[in-house]
Amino acid sequence: MFTNAMIMNFMPLLAVMNLWYAVPLIVSVSMVCAATRHEELGPILNHALRFGFWIAIFMGAVMALLALMAMLA
Amino acid sequence: MATINIPNSQGSTKPEDLIEIDLKQPWLAAILAWALPGLGHIYQGRTGKGILFFVCILGTFFYGLYIGNGKEVYAAVPWEQQYRWQYFCQLGVGLPSTPMLWQRSKSLKDPDHNHTGFMAPPRPGRPYNGPFETPDESGNISRQPSERAKWTLDSHPYAEISTVYTVVAGLLNILVICDAAAGPLLISPQPDKKKKGTDDSSGDNDSTKKKSDD
Repeated sequence: MFTNAMIMNFMPLLAVMNLWYAVPLIVSVSMVCAATRHEELGPILNHALRFGFWIAIFMGAVMALLALMAMLA
Repeated sequence: MATINIPNSQGSTKPEDLIEIDLKQPWLAAILAWALPGLGHIYQGRTGKGILFFVCILGTFFYGLYIGNGKEVYAAVPWEQQYRWQYFCQLGVGLPSTPMLWQRSKSLKDPDHNHTGFMAPPRPGRPYNGPFETPDESGNISRQPSERAKWTLDSHPYAEISTVYTVVAGLLNILVICDAAAGPLLISPQPDKKKKGTDDSSGDNDSTKKKSDD
């Protein structure tokens, strides 16, 4: 059903799966950083959500830049 | 004993809205926060934040340790080609990371440099040990010049991910130590230009008032 060539074409996509390891790290970093800036649970969660979102955006931007550089190389 | 007052979640600095935090003995809280993430906050009665820090930081640290097969937390030894600076960051986690110092001293005292164990540094290659043999992905035996190289190959690509997890956990605990010693790092609310001069919450930096009894 799947030839070796087809599987090889998907290899870069499988490599991207390592990005899943960033998710628990983003959650942990955003929660701890937010908790060191507030004392109540509501503001902590609110800050953590926004902070986690911006970390993800930043990582996505860096990944896009690296992908672009790899294409141009 | 030290107590600080911080604005509430709406940023109000009115006396009735202020949140009072009893830091107790800040230096003791800082030491406890280093020893076990969250313990300093629990000592101060800030139990919710203490549990949050405990779960997040130790969860990150031990998950990192797990995915690296327990090999990525160790102290620098002179025979390694690259200096293991990461261990300073990993020490930020406190007591859970301190076995690496004990293992380092045992490795340095061993004349054959053949000491192994939990959080022990990698053994040197020739003339003491090695080469270290390990099967690669195709089942062939590859020979590595040092145990560090063998570990990297055995757990590729998780060696690097594991190091990132454990280093980040240690660095996060530095923020927690500061929070235990001095309270939250407040972000001053933006001054409201329309209400400037009439509202108490005008974003001045005097919103945190600290009083010390001793």
